[in-house]
Amino acid sequence: MTKPAPLLALVATLIAVSPAPTTRRRKAALLFLTQAVLLGAAGVTFANPFETKLANGLRVIVKEDRRAPTAVHMIWYRAGAMDEKDGTSGVAHVLEHMMFKGTKKLAAGEFNKIVAEAGGRDNAFTSLDYTAYFQIVPNRALPRMMELEADRMSNLQLTAKEFEQEIKVVMEERRMRTEDNPQSLVYEAMRSAAFQAHPYRRPVIGWMDDLEHMNWKDAQDWYRSWYTPANAYVVVVGDIDHQQVFRLAEKTYGRIKPRALPERKPQNEPAQAGIKRVTVKAPAKLPYLLMAWKVPKLNDVDKDREPYALEVLATVLDGHDAARFSKNLVRGSKIAQSAGAGYDGGTLRGEAMFMLDGQPAEGKTVPELEAALRDEVKRVAEEGVSPEELARVKTQTIASQVYKRDSMMAQAMEIGGLEAAGHKWQDIDKLLEKIRGVTVGEVQAVARKYFNDDTLTVAVLDPLPPDQAKPKKSAMATRH
Amino acid sequence: MKKILFLLAFLATAVHAAPKIEHWAAPSGARVYFVETRVLPILDVSVDFAAGTAYGPADKTGVADLTRALLEAGAGNLDEEQISAKLVDIGARMSGSADADRAGMSLRTLSSQAEREAALDLLRTVLSAPTFPGSVLVREKGRTIAGIREADTRPDSVAAKRFAAAIYPGHAYGASATVESVERIGRDDLVAFHRDNYAAKRAVVSIIGDVSRGEAEAIAQRLTEALPAGKADVTIPPVAKPVRGTVKIAHPASQSHIHIGAPAIARTDPDYYALLLGNYVLGGGGFVSRLMQEVREKRGYAYSVYSYFAPRKLEGPFEIGLQTKREQAGEAIKVVEEVLAKFLAEGPTAKELAAAKKNLVDGLALRIDSNAKILGYLSSIGFYGLPLTYLDDFPAKINAVTASDIKAAFARHVKPEQLVTVIVAAD
Repeated sequence: MTKPAPLLALVATLIAVSPAPTTRRRKAALLFLTQAVLLGAAGVTFANPFETKLANGLRVIVKEDRRAPTAVHMIWYRAGAMDEKDGTSGVAHVLEHMMFKGTKKLAAGEFNKIVAEAGGRDNAFTSLDYTAYFQIVPNRALPRMMELEADRMSNLQLTAKEFEQEIKVVMEERRMRTEDNPQSLVYEAMRSAAFQAHPYRRPVIGWMDDLEHMNWKDAQDWYRSWYTPANAYVVVVGDIDHQQVFRLAEKTYGRIKPRALPERKPQNEPAQAGIKRVTVKAPAKLPYLLMAWKVPKLNDVDKDREPYALEVLATVLDGHDAARFSKNLVRGSKIAQSAGAGYDGGTLRGEAMFMLDGQPAEGKTVPELEAALRDEVKRVAEEGVSPEELARVKTQTIASQVYKRDSMMAQAMEIGGLEAAGHKWQDIDKLLEKIRGVTVGEVQAVARKYFNDDTLTVAVLDPLPPDQAKPKKSAMATRH
Repeated sequence: MKKILFLLAFLATAVHAAPKIEHWAAPSGARVYFVETRVLPILDVSVDFAAGTAYGPADKTGVADLTRALLEAGAGNLDEEQISAKLVDIGARMSGSADADRAGMSLRTLSSQAEREAALDLLRTVLSAPTFPGSVLVREKGRTIAGIREADTRPDSVAAKRFAAAIYPGHAYGASATVESVERIGRDDLVAFHRDNYAAKRAVVSIIGDVSRGEAEAIAQRLTEALPAGKADVTIPPVAKPVRGTVKIAHPASQSHIHIGAPAIARTDPDYYALLLGNYVLGGGGFVSRLMQEVREKRGYAYSVYSYFAPRKLEGPFEIGLQTKREQAGEAIKVVEEVLAKFLAEGPTAKELAAAKKNLVDGLALRIDSNAKILGYLSSIGFYGLPLTYLDDFPAKINAVTASDIKAAFARHVKPEQLVTVIVAAD
């Protein structure tokens, strides 16, 4: 059977300025696993990618890929929703929208027009940890893209007029992604219950009330605080020469003056001491269950062991068609309409969680599904996993690394995502080796250690028949 | 200016041709489309059949999807667990898709001998010898029905289904599976649907990757030689045009989901290029389109607003879609209607047309820069009988279109008296 679409994938932690085409989002856990290498299977090692650092602190990473005359140009800022303050939640993402609204040289909307006329596509996305912008273009257009991106790093012209228009768009985006999407509401509720002190308690899109009261100066402050060369890095993948890109970077980004960054407070979450449960009522037919445990994240690529074991555990449960959840819960006991598992601690600045989710099959209840999901983890804790299951993780990892080379965007995302978490692209190989080196004992050990109720948050969708729900009127239009 | 120097250096590497597509008929009767590329050690194959939802019995909508989905539920002497375990053990990925016209399976595997052979064996078996186990059918019918009940509470899927039904009254292109239609489906229906439609003469095999022409010929034959004989090609009944009207559906959502459109164009229609260009200007070109400018950028009415043509074997839909705060739905629809009326009356400006051509022509390189993307073109070229030189001809075809061609093509295919508006969560 085709594996049911992983539910966790529906819960966006990445949100973009422009609606994505209907491609399936990969879940965070798989991103980690497929963070693989370019060498190995083909047996050839190149001195590729290449990196340089400009005098103003901006790093430039270039991976040459000559298969087609195109290039991906990305800039990543290490500023995401976790760097926001209460009262202006969502400002990282609002600024992302405003970055298309013109600079001292360029009118609002011109950026998109120039990219489009070059035959390119562009977009941007904001996460808890970072904000990134990209263009995919015929390679000859790369110099112009670098010029434009450098221009808006320092010359953005924010105006009250453009802001007032765009904030309405962002509120429509929140209605579409969250207000009218029951599973998103559950995800949002889970995070704000699980985290009390850590900024991961706030949604990337922001609370509606904060959006209602945001003004252009909030966006301006955000831009001035975080959009500086030393807080950013450029990733270019494509049919280009790295020396040329380095020279172009010098000419464009190199002209930007460095600025000091605000202090980042750790805002560590105090230890959770007891299960948390939260319920969301929304129009739906099927209930939805989301369970999240606080677990360690990857800090030290060399010394850490447990994050790799947690990643392998997620793969054993839900990494492929033959994984345990599909096999045992959807096809075997038929208790689940769908079930998923994911670990987000591979590439993360903040605090990691291990999540299980699912919808009970018709006639089954949420408590039955919850018990079944817990049983699967318990079985690993008690009996471990088989050598065959570990071998599959290895096979999947190797295959993914080869397949990923068919996509320049996937290669750029891999480099950018690792760097965002404070790791280095040079670690890509090592991460893969570490995953392959995980033992049965290590998987069993993390399954025993981290899945007790004291660090667990359970969020449940209580479905409301749509004809019994009241139409959601928007709050009074208080903006003026 | 030093900048110009760099620019020239980039330009020098910029000219690449479209991939060379080879085509033949396998002894089985299947049509084969092949591109050899040895850069990566991978092989992508897809096999598509004229076996989409339009070919299923009218009272059993859902049979095409279930047949496709259950190919992997048991085949030859393998059960579903053995099939998924084998795939995972060789690192191969198999996935299926079904739309109104087509249904099929695609496979991605490492091209090394052992993995490739095992993966192709599996694909051959699931396509040719599915067993459709009764117990799996019961389970999957249950999941499908639960999925339908869930989807029927969501404003976006309600809007999409009601829109299809409204613009294709009484036609298979407008039908969606319902609880009742799925309940009526039995194992015999799947067996019959497979026997009638999964035939070599109804199949297109697309192959790209690290194999030679000789190997590709053998692969295509091996994948299709054991398929059922199938029925003679069945034609889909003609599409009747709808009458202009508005359908309003109650829902408690905070946003109204709005679709406006009508059946518009078949894939082989020569107006394809004019409509593609015109739609880019109207609502296909992301931020630079008129709908995006008027609805989102100027008024902040929506996050997402778009238009598209989805050509099919017969007239596929033209659609404008958006979501907006329910209180302002009427106002937003008015803006959309004005934008459309003006476009139909005047066509694009010279400047808009030039910009659209640049995007579509120069952007071709992006649309064929991976094996996965080219595989999609092979499949469409084969399935809809487009010329082998489709990708090579694309720039010239696009550049030949004039503003008056676009206006005339829209007049032929987008008729205001046929446009249906569907609003879910209407006040």
